[in-house]
Amino acid sequence: MAYVAVKGGERAIDNAHAWLAEQRRGDTGVPEIAPRQIAEQLGRAVDRAMAEGAIYDRGLGALAVKQAQGDLIEAAFLLRAYRTTLPRFAYSLPLDTGAMHVARRISATFKDLPGGQVLGPTYDYTHRLLDFTLEQEASPPAAAETETDLAPMPRVQDILAQEGLIEPDALPGADDPGKPPADLTREPLSFPAGRDARLQALARADEGFVLAMGYSTQRGYGGSHPFAGEIRMGEVAIEIEPPELGFAIDIGDITLTECQMVNQFAGSKTVPPQFTRGYGLAFGHCERKAMAMALADRAMRAAELGEDVTAPAQNIEFMLYHCDNIEATGFVEHLKLPHYVDFQSELENVRRMRAEHEAAAQATRKAAE
Amino acid sequence: MTQRADISGGTAATADGTAKRRQWMSVLARASADEISARLEGCGTLPDCQILRGPETGLVMVRGRAGGGGAPFNLGEMTVTRCTLRTPEGTVGHAYIAGRDKDAARLAALVDALMQDSAKAKVLQARVIAPLAAAQRARREAIARKAAATKVQFFTMSSMRT
Repeated sequence: MAYVAVKGGERAIDNAHAWLAEQRRGDTGVPEIAPRQIAEQLGRAVDRAMAEGAIYDRGLGALAVKQAQGDLIEAAFLLRAYRTTLPRFAYSLPLDTGAMHVARRISATFKDLPGGQVLGPTYDYTHRLLDFTLEQEASPPAAAETETDLAPMPRVQDILAQEGLIEPDALPGADDPGKPPADLTREPLSFPAGRDARLQALARADEGFVLAMGYSTQRGYGGSHPFAGEIRMGEVAIEIEPPELGFAIDIGDITLTECQMVNQFAGSKTVPPQFTRGYGLAFGHCERKAMAMALADRAMRAAELGEDVTAPAQNIEFMLYHCDNIEATGFVEHLKLPHYVDFQSELENVRRMRAEHEAAAQATRKAAE
Repeated sequence: MTQRADISGGTAATADGTAKRRQWMSVLARASADEISARLEGCGTLPDCQILRGPETGLVMVRGRAGGGGAPFNLGEMTVTRCTLRTPEGTVGHAYIAGRDKDAARLAALVDALMQDSAKAKVLQARVIAPLAAAQRARREAIARKAAATKVQFFTMSSMRT
């Protein structure tokens, strides 16, 4: 079939984008919002755009949210596109969440853990009643403060680890200095995918997808009896070691949310019964994402731990091929682009098949007469 | 001559000197251009420096550890701006700071270079680094105090009766 180039539509596209810009601005009688306001007052939206855009920069995140009119997948897409314009300076040294300046830290497994249960700025225990006072401008009263030392809080797994009841962090052979961790921004996914590639994919995965898959494990599709061992959120310092300096330097802080899920494990021939763990870590204040990621991470370790792989969340290929909302939206939404020629050939196919079907039916009728 | 050879150099590093430099660089990395330039105002005439690189914005891939302490993995990138310059005396200053503030990176590299000159370091430490560090500590402590106010104080029924 010959390909017929179709031109035109340029003016329509230009006009459509101009209308989009006008619509984005909305009623000009209403003050325009600045990215700074979005960063300050819609912080969770910015966090999600940064996590799924896989680039930490609150200003860029806020700009993307504004440009996308609050469509967070579009915002993440804008951020992913922008990052390709920047050079890569370095890989950081592995960050230490144990040294986090904690704003929130809770455990559902130990009531009296060292450092205590610190609720932080949370929606937990709110009544989810719409607060109509927010319709008016108002300054809330300052948050209460209590004197404290700045001692870092020990991670919960270190408490169980003392008794050997929980799997250690570094499984033998896990930390291989000769083999740098997989980097999905440099090399496409390949299988079998190691835990390094899985965690990177989950950290930037769609929150809704990871949430649904984590939920599916709780409902019995690959269940592993999770407990939220610890959730912590706060600022962590990032260090790099520039070759021109020859020593590590601290380049600033980023806000992270971390979740340690603790899961039952019956043990195997070589390993006594103990608790296993799933891990979640993501940019910003994003507890739902971090918790769901930890459930998904644990589910994807099924094969490694000798468990039956029966459920979608345990299927590494299924999970990794479908968790990225930029890839997913690209493939789903490409369907709306012109497929005129493809469809023309399908149309002719169907007409031909219908003619053959009709001819066969006629032949059958004639034979029957 | 490679760029790397061009921009390296500077003071002979001792363990103590490196620790001090790491400390002031970490303070500068958290300061805005306005904060640094305001503190520099009382420090006399600043030298005309030759910019060797940047200021330029790029990415650092942030690494986490599986389980918090296990094998490293790539979490995601962050924006970082860097600058390298040389003072008329030949001291090279570097800055790598989170974000995209090019003025802040240039000023941080300038202060890094000046801080390596022991004749100037004392004044800069007192007028720039120490006040910036104090402001940063105060901010951290305010967050810690707010967090501490949300710490759950469990009580039992028996203690309620007393």
